[in-house]
Amino acid sequence: MLTLERLSHIYSPGTPFEHKAVDDISLTIEDGLFLGLIGHTGSGKSTLIKHFNGLLKPTSGRVLIDGEDIWADKRRLHKIRFSVGLVFQYPEHQLFEETVYKDIAFGPRNMGLSAEECDGRVREALRFVGLSEELMEKSPFELSGGQKRRVAIAGVIAMRPRILVLDEPTAGLDPKGRDDILAHLKAYHAENRSTVIIVSHDMEEIARCCQKVLVMARGKAALYDTVENVFRQSDKLKAIGLDIPQITEVFIKLRARGFSVDTSVFTTEQAAAEILRALRETGEGRTC
Amino acid sequence: MLKDITLGQYFPGDSFIHKMDPRFKMIGTAGLIAVIFSAGNVYSYLVVTALIAACMRFSGVPLKIILRGIRPILMLILITAIFNLFYTSGEVVVFRLGFITVTREGLIGTFFMMLRIVYLVIATSLMTYTTSPIQLTDGLERLLSPLKLLRVPVHEFAMMMTIALRFIPTLIDETDKIISAQKARGADFDTGGLYKRAKAYLPVLVPLIISAFRRAEELAVAMECRCYRGGEGRTRLRTVRAGYRDALSMLLIAACLLLIIFLNIRWPGLY
Repeated sequence: MLTLERLSHIYSPGTPFEHKAVDDISLTIEDGLFLGLIGHTGSGKSTLIKHFNGLLKPTSGRVLIDGEDIWADKRRLHKIRFSVGLVFQYPEHQLFEETVYKDIAFGPRNMGLSAEECDGRVREALRFVGLSEELMEKSPFELSGGQKRRVAIAGVIAMRPRILVLDEPTAGLDPKGRDDILAHLKAYHAENRSTVIIVSHDMEEIARCCQKVLVMARGKAALYDTVENVFRQSDKLKAIGLDIPQITEVFIKLRARGFSVDTSVFTTEQAAAEILRALRETGEGRTC
Repeated sequence: MLKDITLGQYFPGDSFIHKMDPRFKMIGTAGLIAVIFSAGNVYSYLVVTALIAACMRFSGVPLKIILRGIRPILMLILITAIFNLFYTSGEVVVFRLGFITVTREGLIGTFFMMLRIVYLVIATSLMTYTTSPIQLTDGLERLLSPLKLLRVPVHEFAMMMTIALRFIPTLIDETDKIISAQKARGADFDTGGLYKRAKAYLPVLVPLIISAFRRAEELAVAMECRCYRGGEGRTRLRTVRAGYRDALSMLLIAACLLLIIFLNIRWPGLY
């Protein structure tokens, strides 16, 4: 369980460049949750997630994992990094080893695992991101963009983090690459029951994968609730400058035109089911 | 964090000297150096002091910041001063202890020498305080443009400098990011011996160099797309133009130089 207690972070305090990036956030992220983190550029999302594994030190407030302050003992901070895996934006830019295998093994090796254990971890991580073992001996620089991204994500998964945090894991990928990564993340979450947190600008993505959503605005936690409850508040989201899934927008307009449909529809699958239900209800199903 | 390193020491402002043409700032700095070195007696040092004080006043840079620039060379000044003090021969002995002799000439000479170094540092740092790195390369290019006749690729050098300066903050940002990412994978940069630490930076250097090459290639393509073909026939968005400020300061410096030469001749060797 990850708990934030009145967490604030100020960049360059005491200078003219002083900037409060995270402002008094308190919340609890339960184990096994698939959480979406949305917010405008500069709303403090990236600053926030860097606190989860102690890359940034809070200016004030605390970060607790299972009730324990991660900054209580600095020597344990190193261990925290292995239980909270952080995948940055464009993680493929951090690949450096000669082979895919060695690159994925970098994290497990830093954990001090034996060669056999590392080997198991690498193969497991490759499977989770859907890459074949044939790629293991290739140079990561020979791969395609989507493959590189998956190798980089595997490098973090190989540490078997209890909490996996991904900052815009699908940015800049083609639709197929995006769907692949999301599908594998969902499978990973279902299989391991570990916490997964993704930062995204794509509301469809959030609606499809997540159970809860944290909306950030100007460093504060504006909303933190289930997907339904967050996307129901379309006015509030729009005031922040964010969107709701397009399909939800369609249903809100349908309702405004007098169709008796439920507007808490966030994915195309839900939409199809809801339309069929509404048609059956009005008895016009046969004309469809 | 790496970001806290400031690039150069430009101190943004809007003063008389800030508004000068960078070319004339460079010529002016050279002039100031000539003035400082030609001072030979008390009177001429007074003139130099007045001139330096005026420059400081019209640069709008706070005294505290200028003095901070002198701190790193304090040791150098001290060592030179000690050598000067003991190795200057003269007629009037002030102090003698064993083989150490301090003469009056030595004392006075040392004092002037220290003053000279401090003034030199102030004069040159005032230029970098009041000129942004981009202006500096711009000015340098225009100042050296006569060398084009000798087939020296002045424009290309200036462009290289500009690009290098432009990309320093970008690469620092990138380094920060890569360090964070590798730390998140358990990389340890803070413990172990020198060799272990140097090795720990390999996972940072490899991606950094790759990204630098990628950026270089992207920039080259972008420049070609915008039809860059070297300096020939290129015009500028912001042309620097010499104004009354530049004329005034050139005149002032020239006048000071003449005055000092006159003072030196009138009272030769007077301390």
